[in-house]
Amino acid sequence: MVVALILLLVAVGSVLFHIYSPWWWTPIATNWSYIDHTISITFWITGAVFFAVIAFMAYCVFRFHHKEGRRAAYNPENKKLEWWLTIGTAVGVGAMLAPGLVVWHQFVTVPADATEIEVMGQQWQWSFRLPGKDGRMGTTNVRNISPENPMGLNRDDPNGQDDVVIDSGDLHLPIGKPVKVLLRSLDVLHNFYVPEFRAKMDMVPGMVTYFWMTPIRTGTFDVLCAELCGVAHAQMRAKVIVQEVSEYHAWLETQKTFAELSGRNAVTKATYKSGGK
Amino acid sequence: MVDVPYDARADAPPAEVPEVELYHPRSWWTQYVFSQDAKVIAIQYSLTASAIGLVALVLSWLMRLQLGFPGTFSFIDASQYLQFITMHGMIMVIYLLTALFLGGFGNYLIPLMVGARDMVFPYVNMLSYWIYLLAVLVLASTFFVPGGPTGAGWTLYPPQAVLSGTPGQDWGIVLMLVSLILFIIGFTMGGLNYVVTVLQARTRGMTLMRMPLTVWGIFTATVMALLAFPALFVASVMMLFDRLLGTSFFMPALVEMGQQMKYGGGSPILFQHLFWFFGHPEVYIVALPAFGIVSDLISTHARKNIFGYRMMVWAIVGIGALSFVVWAHHMYVSGMHPKFGFFFATTTLIIAIPTAIKVYNWVLTLWRGDIHLTVPMLFALGFIITFVNGGLTGLFLGNVVVDVPLSDTMFVVAHFHMVMGVAPIMVVLGAIYHWYPKVTGRMLDDWMGKFHFWVTFLGAYLIFFPMHYIGLLGVPRRYHDIGEAAFIPSSTHTLNAFITVMALIVGFAQMVFLFNLVWSLFRGRPSGGNPWRATTLEWQTPETPPGHGNWGKELPVVYRWAYDYSVPGAAQDFIPQNQPRTTPAVQGAAP
Repeated sequence: MVVALILLLVAVGSVLFHIYSPWWWTPIATNWSYIDHTISITFWITGAVFFAVIAFMAYCVFRFHHKEGRRAAYNPENKKLEWWLTIGTAVGVGAMLAPGLVVWHQFVTVPADATEIEVMGQQWQWSFRLPGKDGRMGTTNVRNISPENPMGLNRDDPNGQDDVVIDSGDLHLPIGKPVKVLLRSLDVLHNFYVPEFRAKMDMVPGMVTYFWMTPIRTGTFDVLCAELCGVAHAQMRAKVIVQEVSEYHAWLETQKTFAELSGRNAVTKATYKSGGK
Repeated sequence: MVDVPYDARADAPPAEVPEVELYHPRSWWTQYVFSQDAKVIAIQYSLTASAIGLVALVLSWLMRLQLGFPGTFSFIDASQYLQFITMHGMIMVIYLLTALFLGGFGNYLIPLMVGARDMVFPYVNMLSYWIYLLAVLVLASTFFVPGGPTGAGWTLYPPQAVLSGTPGQDWGIVLMLVSLILFIIGFTMGGLNYVVTVLQARTRGMTLMRMPLTVWGIFTATVMALLAFPALFVASVMMLFDRLLGTSFFMPALVEMGQQMKYGGGSPILFQHLFWFFGHPEVYIVALPAFGIVSDLISTHARKNIFGYRMMVWAIVGIGALSFVVWAHHMYVSGMHPKFGFFFATTTLIIAIPTAIKVYNWVLTLWRGDIHLTVPMLFALGFIITFVNGGLTGLFLGNVVVDVPLSDTMFVVAHFHMVMGVAPIMVVLGAIYHWYPKVTGRMLDDWMGKFHFWVTFLGAYLIFFPMHYIGLLGVPRRYHDIGEAAFIPSSTHTLNAFITVMALIVGFAQMVFLFNLVWSLFRGRPSGGNPWRATTLEWQTPETPPGHGNWGKELPVVYRWAYDYSVPGAAQDFIPQNQPRTTPAVQGAAP
């Protein structure tokens, strides 16, 4: 029976494609392997259901296709069968939802020792800000934005003076340290997306969004924008470089602070003394 | 004891309201153009929706050419690519699928299937079509205005949609919003009609639980649309004000290209809530009519009653209700309060249960059936496969934390095309093969139909199944060119080229279908009144195609449910709904 065979081949072919696909998720670079595990559980459960339903359907077409003299059964309902199927489905759904919610709880619970860093998007470029030696970032306001102050820091905020502002350049992160990534946008929606990090979040003008992660391997990764932001959406790129802690500190030393950039060296030094450890 | 002869009519409950006088056209114009006959309006809706749908098909070719062979076609740049995806999405979701299922199938089938002469408000029904046509024309006009159509993506997220970094900022976005507002006004007129007709104009004996599932699907979808579209209406009006009057409903303080803008205090996320409060029910506004129609196709062509009719009805109603509390699963990475994720992931996965019940009942209807592999049945089988596939990937995206890496990637594009693109269109096509004989009196050509099915089904599956894996790899959606990225292997480009070739082939198969539609109108085999030997009322009309007023002198009386196929002891393998019982109905028997 050709039709039944083709239907079965669609099911078998889909499973084989899944197994042999050279297109698969990127090697993970953060602590979010929990997310990958949840996806794997979901693949197993949904894959089994998909194959079972299509194979059963193909069997029905093979076994019950029209022949001279065949007559269908008259079988309006079967309460017992329907209830068992409902309960079985609910169990399967629960088996996916429960781990999903547990991992989501981790995802939205930022550890207390996470360092805050900031990513800002605008059409069509990225800017980054790291806290200076005081470990704290200064406040910002979109109305402060000007060519001299591209991220809109408040000039009077002492916490902001030693912030490292990277207006055009790459983001560096130390390995093994949890970071809370604060996200901001100047104009339209953007989304800070690094496939190897798994985590992503929209950047919304008028508010600060966030996610957290701990980088677990060094390397250079592509930053893409994942929320349509206008005509050059696909070209809005940057790199994030995860380094050993010592290399990271060496790089950080070479960066200019906000105060230096705005020509207030004196203030910088003062802040270094009073703030931080 | 005196043997009293059994009066079957006494078993049929009376109709809700008595028959009303029918409007009769007086000229060619009022009969065929400004017609108040639901059947003519249905055909007008279907032709208009198909025409604009063809535009969307061509747009999909253009965007696939760009994705499959980036840089090859100099006439497609980044702006145009964004305009193509925006118009393709908006046309397919709203102007094709919604209009075709509700305005097309709803208008044709509701009065015939419930045994009415026409819709309850024929004049309002006519207005509904003409406003819809106006909405389509306004939408199509954006291709010709300065700056072209909007390229904001079909979700039209502000602030991007109204700022100058997005193509179509001058006219495109304004006309898009005007067109949506018109569409909603027109739809509301039609929608009220469908709901009132189902509730008030059913013929004698047609209880709610005897209605075919097609009517249940269209009815529930229309109720949902009447509740969901107002959210889009409000959002469209507010965005229009933001764009034209400089208000700040959705616009916070922002800096555009180094310039401080005068906006302030608005919320981009508020728009997303309004949009998806409409947008998620919209998925089911398209899906529920498909669920209903496919149930009837499977039952008729497998010569077997639909399995678990009552459960099927409650599943339709349950899905309809639940779909109003899941909208923010489109917004897991939008920056809304993270705790929302727990609630919306739970409601979203719960909706999988009634949906799964429907799938089980479709395949259990095939079990021990007498399956005729007609073209409508083939499309129904194709629907089950694509719908199961697309429904299951929905469990990935609905489960909040799994959605985080996958959202905004090609995985999402593959998922929603499979579940609300390919699957409902399988049903639309199957339904056209099924009801074309009633509309025209002729059968569509079978050989062309089978060719059309296999190329469309296998081709569409080969387009969208592998696409999931491009998304799993991490390729974002709405990129006209992925460009250089270390994580993308070169084999991805080969796969993209393959998908493009398949898309062209599937598109051309639709031309065979269009040819079949025209050819069969003149050369098709005459069908007679009931070629599929079906039970529902539309196949029992005195004339085919049904005349004005549908039923001749007397309305049909309904004595049984819509699924008396292969009843043991019956002479034929189907008993029409209007065939009287020979003995009184027994309590507890099938409805």
